[in-house]
Amino acid sequence: MSVRCDELAHQLAEVADGSHTLTLSHQRHVSQCLRCQAELVQYRKLLRAMRALRTDVLEPAPGLVSDVFAHIEAVGERTAIRSLITNHRAAYLGGLAAATAAGAAGAILVASRKSRTRVRLAS
Amino acid sequence: MSPGPNPSTDDASLAGRVDELAALAIAARDGDRDAFEELVRRTTPSTYTLALRLTNSEEDARDVVQETYLRAYRGLKNYRGDAAFTTWLYRICANCSSTFLTTRGRHRHADLDELVEFADQSAGADVEGQSEASALKDQVAAGLAELPPRLRAVIVLRDVYDLPHEAIAAELGISVSAAKVRLHRARHKLRTQIFPELDEIDVRAM
Repeated sequence: MSVRCDELAHQLAEVADGSHTLTLSHQRHVSQCLRCQAELVQYRKLLRAMRALRTDVLEPAPGLVSDVFAHIEAVGERTAIRSLITNHRAAYLGGLAAATAAGAAGAILVASRKSRTRVRLAS
Repeated sequence: MSPGPNPSTDDASLAGRVDELAALAIAARDGDRDAFEELVRRTTPSTYTLALRLTNSEEDARDVVQETYLRAYRGLKNYRGDAAFTTWLYRICANCSSTFLTTRGRHRHADLDELVEFADQSAGADVEGQSEASALKDQVAAGLAELPPRLRAVIVLRDVYDLPHEAIAAELGISVSAAKVRLHRARHKLRTQIFPELDEIDVRAM
């Protein structure tokens, strides 16, 4: 059965990067097809060029390192302020809750005393 | 013929650098602030390069670098030293770039001026006898800059920075199979852009 070039189109790049092996029939096709051979060579060249790009370093404009530290500091300060506010808010709410609870307990106590006095008067 | 780089010397110096960075990262993780600052100084150019390749904008790349180191600073306690520090950092950078481009809704291509500048460099390199490999590298850099950001991110992380498919998928928030499909599309697009001859032959033959 004959193999068509477009059947291999998805595989040639993976063959070039070593992550895929062609079947025997596909290998036979590539060995006889100049178009597929050329495509394979092009992928190999591309991959080599891209790997070479990794060692290229593009220098940032001056000041980036100090910007990085300033950003970390600024966010750190914002977090600290936020946690301070949160703590204050928690303390305020805690105090409010305690005061409400004390008030409620007081009201219950007064109410229960009044009802006891009313019972004594009735008897 | 000009002497090429010596791979064994390069590998040795790279390994030494990786060890130094790992030692600094572990010291920083254990609370040494000077070590963290040294780590930032040493890795900023390469992190910026990756951010620039992913965002295609100097301004955006600077923002991404700042966010990358903030996340690295916060996440350093989770760094175990089992992967190279740069690989760990590149993953954070990829994630930051992806988040940055998504939230800004800026899936933009390079400015025309930037592309023209890239194209001029490669054309000049070709005629004035620079080596073929160097000229191709310039063309590839320009070609990568022209790809849509979704395709560019995958091909840069896989083929330039050698990150595994799984890591790329995790950092970009896509499935592994989607990452592979994008990689294939990106490679095909880049190849036809740089070597258009084969496809022209096809068109003529039809």
